[in-house]
Amino acid sequence: MSDTTLKRVDLIFGEYSNEKYKVLAETIKRPNEEIINDLLESGLRGRGGAGFPTAMKWKYTAQAPGDEKFVVCNADEGEPGTFKDREILSRVPRKVFSGMAICGKVIGAKKGYVYLRGEYRFLVPELMQELEIFHQHVKKLGYDFTIELRLGSGAYICGEESALFESMEGGRGEPRNKPPYPTTAGFKKKPTVINNVETFVNVVMIMRLGPIQFKLLGTKDSRGSKVFSVSGDTPIPGIYELELGMFLDRFVEEFGDGDTKAVQVGGASGFCVPRKKFSETIIGFEGVPTGGSMMLFNSSRSMYNVLHNYLDFFEEESCGQCTPCRVGCQQLRKGIVAVKKGEKSAHYLDQLMKLSESMKITAKCGLGQSVANSFSSIVNNFKEEMIY
Amino acid sequence: MTKKVNLTIDGNQVSVDEGTTILQAARQLGINIPTLCFHEDLCVAGNCRVCVVEQEKVRSLPASCATPAAEGMVIHTNSMKVRLARKHIVELLLSEHNADCTKCYKNGNCELQSLASQMLTGDHLFLDLVPDHQYSIDKFNPAIIKDDSRCIRCQRCVRTCEELQNVSALGVAYKGNLMKISTFFENPLFEVVCTNCGQCVNRCPTGALIERNYVDQVWDAIYNPNTHVVVQTAPAVRIALGEALGLPPGKIVTGKMVAALRRLGFDSVLDTDFTADLTIIEEGHELLSRLRSALVDKDPKVALPMATSCSPGWIKFIEHTFPEYLPNLSTCKSPQQMFGALVKTYYAHKRDLDPKNIVSVSIMPCTAKKFEANRPEMRSSGYQDVDFVLTTRELGIMIKQAGLNFENLPDEKFDSVMGASTGAAVIFGSTGGVMEAALRTVYEVVTGREIPFEGLNITPVRGSEGQIREASLKITNTVPEFHFLEGVELKCVVANGLAYAKQVMQNVKDGKANYHFIEIMACPGGCLGGGGQPIPTNPEIRAKRKEAIYEEDMGMPIRKSHENPDVKQIYKDFLGKPLGHKSHELLHTHYTSRKRY
Repeated sequence: MSDTTLKRVDLIFGEYSNEKYKVLAETIKRPNEEIINDLLESGLRGRGGAGFPTAMKWKYTAQAPGDEKFVVCNADEGEPGTFKDREILSRVPRKVFSGMAICGKVIGAKKGYVYLRGEYRFLVPELMQELEIFHQHVKKLGYDFTIELRLGSGAYICGEESALFESMEGGRGEPRNKPPYPTTAGFKKKPTVINNVETFVNVVMIMRLGPIQFKLLGTKDSRGSKVFSVSGDTPIPGIYELELGMFLDRFVEEFGDGDTKAVQVGGASGFCVPRKKFSETIIGFEGVPTGGSMMLFNSSRSMYNVLHNYLDFFEEESCGQCTPCRVGCQQLRKGIVAVKKGEKSAHYLDQLMKLSESMKITAKCGLGQSVANSFSSIVNNFKEEMIY
Repeated sequence: MTKKVNLTIDGNQVSVDEGTTILQAARQLGINIPTLCFHEDLCVAGNCRVCVVEQEKVRSLPASCATPAAEGMVIHTNSMKVRLARKHIVELLLSEHNADCTKCYKNGNCELQSLASQMLTGDHLFLDLVPDHQYSIDKFNPAIIKDDSRCIRCQRCVRTCEELQNVSALGVAYKGNLMKISTFFENPLFEVVCTNCGQCVNRCPTGALIERNYVDQVWDAIYNPNTHVVVQTAPAVRIALGEALGLPPGKIVTGKMVAALRRLGFDSVLDTDFTADLTIIEEGHELLSRLRSALVDKDPKVALPMATSCSPGWIKFIEHTFPEYLPNLSTCKSPQQMFGALVKTYYAHKRDLDPKNIVSVSIMPCTAKKFEANRPEMRSSGYQDVDFVLTTRELGIMIKQAGLNFENLPDEKFDSVMGASTGAAVIFGSTGGVMEAALRTVYEVVTGREIPFEGLNITPVRGSEGQIREASLKITNTVPEFHFLEGVELKCVVANGLAYAKQVMQNVKDGKANYHFIEIMACPGGCLGGGGQPIPTNPEIRAKRKEAIYEEDMGMPIRKSHENPDVKQIYKDFLGKPLGHKSHELLHTHYTSRKRY
């Protein structure tokens, strides 16, 4: 393997056994502490983007008092440029369900839900088929755990965990105040583990390989591998499982078209990295984290248009509840248009930059706090494109 | 004992009960953090973000209203970071807001406006977004106007309608930049389940929800030399009007209010208390007659329990929500409408006036009364019985317009006839008051004796906010006419706020409760917390108003409705007897079944 080749792995999608639900059958025989310790040891962090240590999330939920607890799989994959959960759910749903069932055992939940993005409705028949097999298996194992599918209705904000619970409960998809966190008050205000689709698969992987093997991949802060959704100006768009902690220049060498000017890491709510910073940027929690979305832009692209497009998206997809996100997005969008048209001077971008900083620290939810990321990173790095 | 947590706010150590929010902890220290979506009566929303503070070692700024204090927290409420963030938030709100303050009814009493002035927002940091929004204004309702261009989406109204009233006429629609407060299918307020209670108006921090005001129409009537303008004032106005004119809550201003009304130019200043007493006589006899039908005639069709009908918000609520119980409502009109019907008949006759030249105005703590006055059935005098309904707030405006020095006005007395009042009528303004007044009279009618409570204070039926109050009263030693009630335990229930009204009715419907008499007031605390009362409102202010009401009752020389001299006189001169022919014509009404959607 040469230096420039990224380490591709095939753990997420790979078939490892002919025997269905083997890992689940083996794992539920193990003591809960051991499972949590393995997860802790593995260093697994949530794959949805925020990167909260999975072991801690499970531990807190297991410890939380409550007569009823839930496992929720967040499959509301709505971040622009992300399409890896769809692939996981269509190719290895068994691993997702196994991970959820293991979680259920650890935290003491009898019920799991997959909250599926409304646009992924086409996956429902296959998932239902697999769920039937899953339920037969858990029954055979003498283990009381069932999984139900819930469909979203197309709102981006419902990918935010507390908005997702609201939506599941039949309310408007609006994030809740935190604390309390889902570990103590999630779905139906009961202790709930909510993880990304990929995280559950990672759990199964760790149970199968052991934490030591898992840790061989990645860096200290970003262990393991990750499924990336690669799109944009690349000759080879698609879904790739790569080791975490790579430098962006390596990534661009592999996926770029030779003219890459910027990579938007983490989708519309992520960060834009310009060419001059490729070599110093690590893809991982110590650098630029991502839920999987990697969008490449070559020099034919106007970063103004890219940003305008993202802001249009957020202006519409903010839940509208809190001031900084609802009004801030409108101001940023209208503001860059005004500067571009010359109705406002270039200095107005500085004013908007300050606003974006306020948005990042005052919005009610994690998504609201990240909607201005693309604005600040694109404007900082491509200011001249905003003005001229 | 509750667990304590220790934290530091702006350098001050404070120890608070676990669960206390940062905002409350700061207030304990006398540090005022600005808020907008926060309201003492409502659950925490945490959506305006004005109350953000800086917490050491935390990247983002938590909303102090929504974040519980935790051990060892170090909070800064006024750091550079906080100040800039807050200013940005207020500027953002202003950029979406139709800030044409001089054209706004709430000019001078607007929470957004005062924040804006605190933060010196004169330079408007951001672009005006108002032209990008297609804001609509709903002014089809006789009681409440909803102007979306003034709305800051704090959702206080939505929470009020849902939590306090369980009506949910208002809700959130759409998302993102289009997010707005709306109604079922975006229908105008008058076409949805809205009860016009005005609790949302009381809590709206801006001018997005206001009462439809009739100030100019009333001035026009006053200045019209050909009209005789009569004004009536509801019991709860006299204990709250002072607040609208800068006096502290809980001040009784009855005499000054009468003096002010006279100086404004009303031709006759009369008292709704008079018809409150009349209501007691009619409603009390109605209850007795229903009980007689049930117990003596064994009429299976008699509708019991009987429920009070004074609160027009409650009336519209039951019309929408429990239409099958409309026969259980007392057929008595509310005191306002009894008054209106009598002004253009009895009063006109007494004063030798042509009713067509009388303009009848009422001052009410209520917005639903505006709707009530416009009901088609409220024309039994041959004219619209009550022409204009003003809220306590609107009267406050008129007094200011006239340049009266309210505090220094002498105490004056109501005119006669229809100006006499009793303590029983005054307590109509508080939850449980109608029940207490009715019992003071009914007990005496049935037994010939005064009700055996010290000082006539029937405290078991005095309601409280957030409570359904049940009480029973054993009737013994009845007079011959009412022997059928001998030994009967009269079961009463008192509730305020429509959320509790709904519970009471649901219990009745489910057969879980067995009452004879139900008193419901639509607003928290009763009329004293009405939707037309001065803004702001909170539990503390309402508690002071309540004290004032009972103080006023204690101070009245007559405290029983049937002893009101004007009431005695009207039966002698005009009505004949309770539930008589004239009463039915003028003082009783019927109700309309309405759909929920």
